[in-house]
Amino acid sequence: MSVFEGFKFRQVSSPIHRLDPRVKFLYVLVMFIAAVMFNELPVLLVLFFLQIPFVLVASIQRQWLRSLRGAMFLATFLFVFNVFFGYISLGTVPGGVSPLEYAFAMSLRFLVLVESFSVFFLTTSPDHLSLALEQSHVPYEFTFAFTTAVRFVPVLAEESQTIMDAQKARGLELEKGNFMKRVRNYIPVLIPLIVSAIRRSLELAEAMESRGWGASKKRTNLYVLEMKEGDWTLVIISILLLVTVIYVRYFVHVPSFTMLFAQ
Amino acid sequence: MIEVKDVYFTYPTGVEALKDVSLSIRNGEFLAIMGQNGAGKTTLVKQFNGLLKPTKGEVLVDGVSTRDISVAQLARKVGFVFQNPDHQLFSETVEEEIAFGLRNFGFKESTLKRRVTWALNLLGLAEYRKTSPFMLSGGERKRVALASVLAWNPKVVILDEPTIGQDHRQKEILRQFIVQLNAQGKTVVIVTHDVEFVAECSPRVVLMTQGQIVADGDAKRILTNSDIALRASIVPPQITQIFLDLADLGLPTDIIDVSEAKKTLLEYLEGDNT
Repeated sequence: MSVFEGFKFRQVSSPIHRLDPRVKFLYVLVMFIAAVMFNELPVLLVLFFLQIPFVLVASIQRQWLRSLRGAMFLATFLFVFNVFFGYISLGTVPGGVSPLEYAFAMSLRFLVLVESFSVFFLTTSPDHLSLALEQSHVPYEFTFAFTTAVRFVPVLAEESQTIMDAQKARGLELEKGNFMKRVRNYIPVLIPLIVSAIRRSLELAEAMESRGWGASKKRTNLYVLEMKEGDWTLVIISILLLVTVIYVRYFVHVPSFTMLFAQ
Repeated sequence: MIEVKDVYFTYPTGVEALKDVSLSIRNGEFLAIMGQNGAGKTTLVKQFNGLLKPTKGEVLVDGVSTRDISVAQLARKVGFVFQNPDHQLFSETVEEEIAFGLRNFGFKESTLKRRVTWALNLLGLAEYRKTSPFMLSGGERKRVALASVLAWNPKVVILDEPTIGQDHRQKEILRQFIVQLNAQGKTVVIVTHDVEFVAECSPRVVLMTQGQIVADGDAKRILTNSDIALRASIVPPQITQIFLDLADLGLPTDIIDVSEAKKTLLEYLEGDNT
C-alpha cells in the first residue's frame, strides 16, 4: 500500500522536523478544519498549495508525492461518484457550481486532508510524538500503548510475509477460488499471526515488568519539549490561518470557477 | 535434481542477497548449507521451491525453471520446513494440521487418512493425533511441522535451522531421522550454523558468505580447513580443534568424528608404547 509510505517517518533533520510536534499538530488541525469548512474549489486549491513550502523545507518531496499517488485511487473514486450523483440528482451540488467542479473540489479536499496528515507523520518521529502526548498530560499507559502499536506494525508485516511463505510451501494457494474461498484461504495465515501477536504481547508485558514498569508514579524525561521561536511562528501562522478561513467563510462570497468562466 | 545457474537475487529493499551463485544438487544427496547470519542461506533455499525467484539467472528443478511453475506445484516436489513451527501451525488438531498440505495437493480422502497415520507414526506423534498443536512443547511442535511436510512424501526436503532450540537428545533423534530419510533416497538440504551437528551428520557442505558460495565439498574437507572456515565465520568442531592443536605430534588433522578420533588416538598411543 503505497499510501502508507507517506506516513512512515524517516530520520532526517530539517527546520520542520525540529518543530514541536504539538504545534505541528495544531497546524494540521487548522488545515483539517479549513478543508472541511469549504467545498469551493478556489479555496481548496489555495489550501493544497499552502503545504508545498512545508514539504520543500522538510525535503520530503519524494515520500510526499508517493503518498499523494497512493491516495489518488480513492480520490478518483470520490471524483467518479460525485460526478455521477451530481448529474443524476443536482440537489447535492450547490447552485452556480457545475457538478464537475464540485466533484473535483471534493477529491481535492480529500487530498488536502491526506497531504497535511502525511506531512505531520513524515516529519514527526514516534518518540517525539509520544513525548508530545505525555506532555499534553495523556496518561503514560495510553502513550506507551500508542507508540508500541506504531512500533510493531513493520514487525507484524514481516511476520505475516514469513507465515504466507510457510503456508505456500505447504501448497496453499491464496489467489485460488471464488471470493468466499479466497477469504477462507487467509485463515491459515491469520491464525498463526494472531497467536504470535498475543504471545509476543505477553512476553513484552513480562519484559516490561522485569524492567520496573510503573515503579515510580511520577516519570521524568531526558528530553523536554520546549517552545522555541520557530514554534511560536507556526502557532501564529496557524491562528492567522484559522481566523482567515472563518472570516472568508462568513463574510466573503467565494466565486466558483463555473461562475467566473460563465461571465 | 536442482540446478542453480548464475543466480543473482536482490530484495525489494535493495539488499543484494545472492551474487552469482551456481550449485547443483543431485537426487538423493545430503547437503548442508552453512554460513553466518545474513550470508544468504535461507534466500538460496527459498529459490528451490520458488518462494523467491531469481532476479538474474535461473533455478531448474528436474529441468523445469522455477519461473514457469507455481510455488504449489513445486512444493509437491520440494518440501520446506520453516525454522519456527509457530509460523505454520493453525489447525485444531495435530491430525488436521498434517492433513492440510495433503488437502491442498488434492489427495483422496482414503489416501489422506493413511498418509496422516503414516506421518504421525514416523515422528512418534500418534498419541497427539487429537491434541491441539498449540498445547504441545516446542520440540513436539517442530516435529508436527516436519510431519506435516513429510506427509506428502516430497522428493526433496529442506530443513531451515532444524536444530535451533532443541536439546541434545532431540538433536540426536533428529540426526538419526535425517540420515534415515536420506538413506531412503530422499534429497535432504539443511540450513544451519550448528557445526557440531553437521560434523556428526557428515554431509556435503556448501559454505556461504555475503551472498556467495565460498566452498563446496564433503564435510571432512571443509570443516577441517580452518582458513576456509574462518572466511565464513565458522569455528571447526571441537574435536577437529583438538587435532589441529596436536598437529605437531604427527596426528592427522582431518578428523570431525568422535569415534574416528578415539580410534586414531588409541592407535597413536599404542604405537608410542612399543
